[in-house]
Amino acid sequence: MPKLTVNSVEVEVEAGATVLQACEEAGVEIPRFCYHERLSIAGNCRMCLVDMERAPKPIASCAMPAGDGMVISTETDRVKKAREGVMEFLLVNHPLDCPICDQGGECDLQDQAMGYGFDESRYQENKRAVSEKHMGPLIKTVMTRCIHCTRCVRFSTEVAGTPELGAIGRGESVEITTYLEKTLASELSANIIDLCPVGALTSRPYAFVARPWELTKVESIDVTDAQGSNIRVDARGAQVLRVLPRLNEQVNEEWISDKARYAIDGLRRQRLDHPYLRGADGRLHPASWNDAFDAIAKVMKKARPEQMGAIAGDQVDAEALFALKSLFDRIGSPHIDCRQDGAKINANQRSSYLFNSTIEGIDTADALLIVGSNPRIEAPVMNARIRKRYLNNRIPVAHLGPEADLTYPVNYLGDEIDVLSKIAAGKHPFAKIMKSAKRPMIIVGMGALRRADAGAIQWLLRELSDKVGVVTPDWNGYNVLHTAAGRVAGLDMGFVPGKGGLDVHGMLKAAHAGEMKLVWLLGADEIDTTKLENSFTVYQGHHGDKGATVADVVLPGAAFTEKEGLYVNFEGRVQMTQRATFPPGEAKEDWAIIRALSDRLSFSLPFDSHATVRAALVAAVPHFGDIGDIKPARWVKFGRTGALKSDAVEAGLSQFYMTCAMSRASETMAECYRAADQHSAEMAAE
Amino acid sequence: MSIQSIIAHEQPDNFAFTAENEEKIATILAKYPEGRQASAVMPLLDLAQRQHQNWIPMKAIEHIANRLDMAEIRVLEVASFYTMYNLKPVGKWFLQACTTTPCMLRGADDMVRCIKDKLDISSGQTSECGHFTMLEVECLGACVNAPILQVNDDFYEDLDYQSTAELIEALAADTPPPIGSVIGRQGSEAESGATTLAKEKKTAKAGK
Repeated sequence: MPKLTVNSVEVEVEAGATVLQACEEAGVEIPRFCYHERLSIAGNCRMCLVDMERAPKPIASCAMPAGDGMVISTETDRVKKAREGVMEFLLVNHPLDCPICDQGGECDLQDQAMGYGFDESRYQENKRAVSEKHMGPLIKTVMTRCIHCTRCVRFSTEVAGTPELGAIGRGESVEITTYLEKTLASELSANIIDLCPVGALTSRPYAFVARPWELTKVESIDVTDAQGSNIRVDARGAQVLRVLPRLNEQVNEEWISDKARYAIDGLRRQRLDHPYLRGADGRLHPASWNDAFDAIAKVMKKARPEQMGAIAGDQVDAEALFALKSLFDRIGSPHIDCRQDGAKINANQRSSYLFNSTIEGIDTADALLIVGSNPRIEAPVMNARIRKRYLNNRIPVAHLGPEADLTYPVNYLGDEIDVLSKIAAGKHPFAKIMKSAKRPMIIVGMGALRRADAGAIQWLLRELSDKVGVVTPDWNGYNVLHTAAGRVAGLDMGFVPGKGGLDVHGMLKAAHAGEMKLVWLLGADEIDTTKLENSFTVYQGHHGDKGATVADVVLPGAAFTEKEGLYVNFEGRVQMTQRATFPPGEAKEDWAIIRALSDRLSFSLPFDSHATVRAALVAAVPHFGDIGDIKPARWVKFGRTGALKSDAVEAGLSQFYMTCAMSRASETMAECYRAADQHSAEMAAE
Repeated sequence: MSIQSIIAHEQPDNFAFTAENEEKIATILAKYPEGRQASAVMPLLDLAQRQHQNWIPMKAIEHIANRLDMAEIRVLEVASFYTMYNLKPVGKWFLQACTTTPCMLRGADDMVRCIKDKLDISSGQTSECGHFTMLEVECLGACVNAPILQVNDDFYEDLDYQSTAELIEALAADTPPPIGSVIGRQGSEAESGATTLAKEKKTAKAGK
């Protein structure tokens, strides 16, 4: 490990580290534009110049490997002068339009110009002007501001795996563009906005909306997929204006998906801000909370416990789930389910539904079998991690499911489940690859687990896991990829049918037959709502989506940005959202609505503040108390023997942009959906 | 500049290499180790350009990208970086006038002025007749015989206003004169004739 001296401080860095990293180790901040620790080194902005002893001129610290015995100084006059020179060149062609630039206030160039810029320009000639580039509905370009750091090019090529951006031309006429200005077809595309050190790539939906210093910033969790990416929610007044990623090496590094970032405009549309009651005319009319509760209590008091059921949706927080479960436990109904899609998961076998290896585990996996999932659209940030692993080690990946471009090469196994029995029996070449791997990994998607033969698939996969070493004493590579942010919390607390209880399918069937007197939909929109016409339906949620349209009573709840709620991601990691704005109108936090309703029945649920709900939840399921942590699951026997069905294996999701009530209400997501549709139509035409 | 301004407005609907070029491609690809076929991008672009009236249509870029398993934008980056590749149609006679210092000192400006007078085109333009395109380029590497005008693949050297005019007329008549120095200079010898080894030269001649 090389030892070097930075400003007379001696540091030791890992072999292969750069001088820039050594400087950071020594606590010295080096200005930079092109260097980014998660991208390859370009060395083209020259802002990171430092002095090295015995070097005739300053060196670019980002591109210079740290060597033993180097003596680096970063505060000499020569360094300052060199950086000032670089800055002057960067500003030669950079417009002075900070007052109308959306990057203003959070711009690397602006900040560093404060340190290294001159107060006036010596440049008399005209600045170059570059035409705007079309990059789709999310990214606004003002290419005159571009300083050609190529971070965006490297991101789309390396991390996103969709090499669409490039620098054409040369010298002064270099321009960053997509090929023939096609829309970017990546689910991670908007991360280049964060990467852009200047205002060349800015957010189109957020254009001219706010300045960074006007916003209140809240640290939260994304719920549009089950990964639980860490986000920062920026709000002004009652509106959430933007979502930015937060650093969490264990979960999302520093990326988030486009849906996490841009579905938030759906929070302003189609919101339920008032309780509604279905009147005699068959239409929903605004009502008071009192009337709404009275209507529900009337039905609940008359109905027998087994005539009532509850279905929880995909984005419900643990507190609301727990409150509803407590309510139904109390009235004695076993009919509760949080698996809208009918996934056949046994909530008692925790290792059968977790992403056991954890996301960080992907970094050490050396063979991967994906079954019934398209991780690129189900968890794009996690998929980027698989791609990173592939790029570093060329791990073999096999994919069973609908054919898709996962951004890394796969050994495509087709979409027939029979292949799985072959692999499990060791008769397929990929079984050998897994056998010889030290840390093989399996990712099972909802496409496999919601099939009728899911039990048999789980049985096969578990057998395979034991056989080829997917599970060993120090490694568990059996991973389930959920698509619903609230699912694992629901399973952890047992929000599944109790003894003799009906699952979602059973409840809907019973409701259709008129055997259900009351069905409570807690944010559940992804079910066949036409089956609910014969029962009294309560919809509790935040959007007027499919569920609300069939409901007899609508109870307006809070979206994830409007409440403190626990979510458990697919790894089993407990994380918490925080309130950025208040729920609109008369909407309330979901646990509080259920608590208030219980007053109308013959009992009251034993909690009256958010703290007491959470305490009760932690008392019932202790690991909910360890925020940020994962409680590992013991490897148990699961699945059951049975015959496999012959139908084709599907993926968990078929499209990326509109998958929940919030993203369906989002105009931005609708635009992306159309653009992606057009993109695939064009690709098909070619 | 934008992508639209550097590529041709009217693009052909498809592109395929001729059978003859396919053979050449096989030879070119064989030069690179397996998995490194992207290295062949420059020779392939050159082949495409030679096959397609000295310019590269976008379909050829896409074809090459597909062929070499590269992203289209990567091929376009290469094709737009080098002045060697034309992304727009050029005349039958593609004139590249060197105006870098040695050529300039030896009268490149006269050469360029002559082209302007005779064909009414400046750098990057194509003449009205469509047969000539002129591009001012940086050093062509033949400074000893400056100034240089590269016509398609060939160098014409030691040009002045008069000889440039004659050259253009000859080209217009489809009778390109012999390539090389227009004043009859051999190789890179001094303009006034050989000054060293003169004796050996004579002996060599006498020995014939």
